[in-house]
Amino acid sequence: MAVSPLAPVRGAGDFFALSLDVLRGLFKRPFQFAEFVQQAWFIASVTIFPTALVSIPFGAVLALQIGNLTKQIGAQSFTGAVAVLGVVREASPIVTALLIAGAGGSAICADLGSRKIREEIDAMEVLGVSPLARLVVPRVLACMLVAVFLNGMVAVVGVMGGYFFNVILQGGTPGAYLASFTALAQLPDLYVGEIKAAIFGLIAALVAAYKGLNAKGGPKGVGDAVNQSVVISFMLLFLTNFIITAIYFQVVPQKGG
Amino acid sequence: MGVEIKVEHLTKRFGRQTIWEDVSLTLPAGEISVLLGPSGTGKSVFLKTLIGLLKPENGSIIIDGKDITKVREKDLYEVRKLFGVLFQDGALFGSQNIYDNIAFPLREHTRKTEKEIKDIVLDKMEITGLSGSERKLPGEISGGMRKRAGLARALVLDPEILLFDEPDSGLDPVRTAYLNQLIVDLNAQIQATFLIVTHDINTARTVPDNIGLLYRRHLAMFGPREMLLSSNEPVVRQFLNAQREGPIGMAEEKDAGELEAEKGTELGALPPIPIQLPTSSGKARLTQRPPGSWLNEHGVEPPPGSFPGLDLAFGNGASSAHASVSAGNGTGGVRVVPAKKAAARKAPVKRPATGRGDG
Ligand SMILES: Nc1ncnc2c1ncn2[C@@H]1O[C@H](COP(=O)(O)OP(=O)(O)OP(=O)(O)O)[C@@H](O)[C@H]1O
Ligand SMILES: [Mg+2]
Repeated sequence: MAVSPLAPVRGAGDFFALSLDVLRGLFKRPFQFAEFVQQAWFIASVTIFPTALVSIPFGAVLALQIGNLTKQIGAQSFTGAVAVLGVVREASPIVTALLIAGAGGSAICADLGSRKIREEIDAMEVLGVSPLARLVVPRVLACMLVAVFLNGMVAVVGVMGGYFFNVILQGGTPGAYLASFTALAQLPDLYVGEIKAAIFGLIAALVAAYKGLNAKGGPKGVGDAVNQSVVISFMLLFLTNFIITAIYFQVVPQKGG
Repeated sequence: MGVEIKVEHLTKRFGRQTIWEDVSLTLPAGEISVLLGPSGTGKSVFLKTLIGLLKPENGSIIIDGKDITKVREKDLYEVRKLFGVLFQDGALFGSQNIYDNIAFPLREHTRKTEKEIKDIVLDKMEITGLSGSERKLPGEISGGMRKRAGLARALVLDPEILLFDEPDSGLDPVRTAYLNQLIVDLNAQIQATFLIVTHDINTARTVPDNIGLLYRRHLAMFGPREMLLSSNEPVVRQFLNAQREGPIGMAEEKDAGELEAEKGTELGALPPIPIQLPTSSGKARLTQRPPGSWLNEHGVEPPPGSFPGLDLAFGNGASSAHASVSAGNGTGGVRVVPAKKAAARKAPVKRPATGRGDG
């Protein structure tokens, strides 16, 4: 079949239409609470373990880099502060984005996609039940909740990993590490990290739902949809991350500047 | 009582590909209609358009006074409650067991207690012969059972319209016969409007009141069963008799050369029209017309040997071997005289000549 040059534009339009419907659906009653809890549990179960495994070496690498760098420029006393800033502001949202899109989003997309090709979605509409309200809205909320939770977890694991490396392996002092926490870092760093995570969860779930609900052409179609969903949400998440960070630095005054 | 579906000048395209255009037909309330057509002619697309899952490019679909191609999404969900749909593979929810699947519409749309739901679900499972499989998951049962479970789910809300997408594909002939009987009995019982998409010629010839044929991106013909079974229109005749001779080829259409080569071949006589499948109780369905009534009204002679076992008289009385013409009926109807052979059968085929059911 001929592909019209407008196809990508139409795709983006459809995606935004779906997103709007979902956002409106977030405030509609009745809310599918059971589905929400079940999905939150499911998404958490596919993401927590890999997140923990990714965040430990990620935190370690950061700590190593920062530890060496601060030694080179003679600013060891700031190691803790820089590690916290790095982890809380950037590393944990990025790790969260990778896992929420790679593990959570792909699971949502595969689930919805296989329901679509088995005609379950059509059957649901015919039975007078909106798949958006019934399936997509609880998944989007669950994905956001789990993303926020993962982000907190990565931050804690990262900071502890930094402490472990700095204090135990690189011979820093616990006092200096902890004291420098508050020197540069501030509470809004954590808030913005959590806001980022929530938005990542939202975007990853919306892309996964859009791709899943538009899967066609049998089992191979589901595979393609999952693949595209992961690639597209990675791109969107990194772009969003950049935009939010840029806005953050403009809006929130930085300490010691 | 079912509702009528009136389709007018309906056209469906995907991008630049026209699936079918200018389809007009009326599915009469409470009757069984069958839609036939070669693979890929858009029969499934037609069903999905009827329920508003796909938007047509043109035309209207009037159900219960509403044009469902124009109503808003919210109202569409309301109209859809009139429908029960059996999808090609059952379309059960893979994560729920058979019982929960069948109970799903009741839990979503009614305030019934679990006790009441249980009664209804177990009843529908019994009708469809699924008793005992409540706790099985859709992945653990055979294709035929999945279809029957899909049918049970379509039935729980007492639909006014039932759509079947290839209920008999992938079933063995015995199961197909059971399923056809189930469809006819169900129609007699719930009196909904039925539309069946099928490839099975035997089903198409014996089950419905009306037959439609989609071919070459349009509706070739739609009308009473007897009209199509006695038709000499090449496409209709080829499809309903499963012949190779005719305009339909392996790749949808034959080319000019192939058609030329066939020019001389004799098509042969039309096969006899079979008796319509009766309900298992033998009572006529409410909307069922007596055998031969269309033929008689239109003065068309059925192929020889039609309606075996029935002694039918047609308007000009020339065709049937045992034509025993009856006067005094007045309405131009057909008198049905059960022949001795038929009377001796287990299920006597006896219907009131007026076509009004007594059930
Ligand atoms: N969502 C869709 N988007 C684009 N094209 C589609 C879509 N659905 C169906 N088609 C096309 O419409 C045509 C008709 O498909 P459909 O499934 O209705 O055929 P069918 O008559 O049901 O065939 P079969 O008897 O094999 O089930 C096919 O060419 C198919 O590729
Ligand atoms: Mg089909």
